Amino acid sequence: MKQNSLPLIAAEALTVESEGRILLKNIHIEVYRGEIVTLVGPNGAGKTTLLKALLGLISLQEGRVVKHPTTTIGYVPQRLQLETLLPLTVQRFLELTPKLQTKQQGKKILAKTSDELALGGLLSQSLDQLSGGELQRVLLARALLREPNLLILDEPMQGIDLGGQNELYELLLGIRNQRQCGILMVSHDLHLVMKATDSVICLNGHICCSGHPQEIREHPEFLKLFGLKASDHLAIYTHHHSHHHGLHGAVVEHEHLKASDPC
Amino acid sequence: MLEDFVIRALVGGLILAVISGPLGSLLVWRRMSYFGDTLAHSSLLGMGLSLFFNIHPYMGLVALMLAVAGLLTFLSHNKKLASDAILGMLAHTTLALGLIFASHLPGGRLDLLSYLYGDILAISQHDILWILCVALIVLAALAILWRSLLAITLDEALAQVEGVKILRTKAIFMVLLALVFAVAMKLVGVLLTTALLIIPPTAARSFAKTPEQMALIASLMGMLAVTAGIAASHYCDWPTGPAIVVSAAGIFVLSLILKPS
Repeated sequence: MKQNSLPLIAAEALTVESEGRILLKNIHIEVYRGEIVTLVGPNGAGKTTLLKALLGLISLQEGRVVKHPTTTIGYVPQRLQLETLLPLTVQRFLELTPKLQTKQQGKKILAKTSDELALGGLLSQSLDQLSGGELQRVLLARALLREPNLLILDEPMQGIDLGGQNELYELLLGIRNQRQCGILMVSHDLHLVMKATDSVICLNGHICCSGHPQEIREHPEFLKLFGLKASDHLAIYTHHHSHHHGLHGAVVEHEHLKASDPC
Repeated sequence: MLEDFVIRALVGGLILAVISGPLGSLLVWRRMSYFGDTLAHSSLLGMGLSLFFNIHPYMGLVALMLAVAGLLTFLSHNKKLASDAILGMLAHTTLALGLIFASHLPGGRLDLLSYLYGDILAISQHDILWILCVALIVLAALAILWRSLLAITLDEALAQVEGVKILRTKAIFMVLLALVFAVAMKLVGVLLTTALLIIPPTAARSFAKTPEQMALIASLMGMLAVTAGIAASHYCDWPTGPAIVVSAAGIFVLSLILKPS
């Protein structure tokens, strides 16, 4: 299926510099419909920079970002700088999404999305009183209001407790399955990454290794970055929950491990 | 009956208060109050330069403020300079330049005190026409750009991904600020202009549930402050600009006491 269709978004030989320092070097990635791709890597590896480059928020020194003509991006930022002097309810925040078509259609989409994400009780609440998990759900709703076929999330799990993280992952899986959209996200949490991702890209200024989580786990570059302990731990974990992979990992079964230049 | 000049002051001040509501709210939300203050400080230099080169003072003021806004934007891209340091530096450098300039204008043509503290009682019909034009431009632009401005206030990256033209929107916002500061300077002066923009929205916050309500309540509070200030000036012989600002501050204190829990 992958071979026949064009990617929703692709980075081709992408290089980003800032003040003479190379932040990203020769990056190639692709995200297809119905696929969850997760970026992992140590702090300062350029994960957020790569998202920004893909979103067109920063200029590239080399390479290019190619989008499919039909690609509509829904972006979920890491957090909002909430200004307590700005009175804003969740409902109003969602209504402020630009280009919500006509009023009636917009209302319909809003109702549908808030159902999907169980926002009912939150709509009348003030934006600055939400918990981390609630705010993530609201930001996700805002992204979905644009009816995207590609979701880009910057560390959606940050500041959320473990239960909330699982919930959010289930939600993302549901969205992927229902809407067949591609999802690209940055994550710190290796457990969840391994559990619910089709493809992992391990980044450290350049792409150290990429591929299916099962394969990545044993890749020497991955072990170098995250240590043997992490790998062992994950091995036990994924073994314990192997049924999850059976359900969601089918899409990338034939994907081969791609290792680029050495770290 | 009130004298003509008092009526003119009231009309001018009330129009200014109306546009200060939404514009001041945006200034507060975008944490730009010190930025506004820097623009205000530079206006004295603008005034001096326009007198020196014999151009219309409002034109000179707007031009200089846009130059300062541009310089601020340029300097703020330099990550090694803290933005509050840049603002403080520019505010006081331009004020100092303005003061030096004013002292060397032939024939003492610049009445310093009236520019520092405003001279709302001296405004002419011509000034009122200017204020009215600026008000119409600002309100029209805000009506069109309101959603975009709120979007970039919440998160610039998100707004850009959602298709908001960030640079254009911010540039227009700067122009609007420069226009309002140019006319406000004559009314409440260099040192007090920011106060009129900042205090009413801050007081309005606890009574508003939506951004629009906050802007509207801020406008009403500003109008109340202008009226009370001019009254205090008329009956108690207070200097008018400071009287307006003190009234606004009084409304803020009242808002703290009266705010719904």
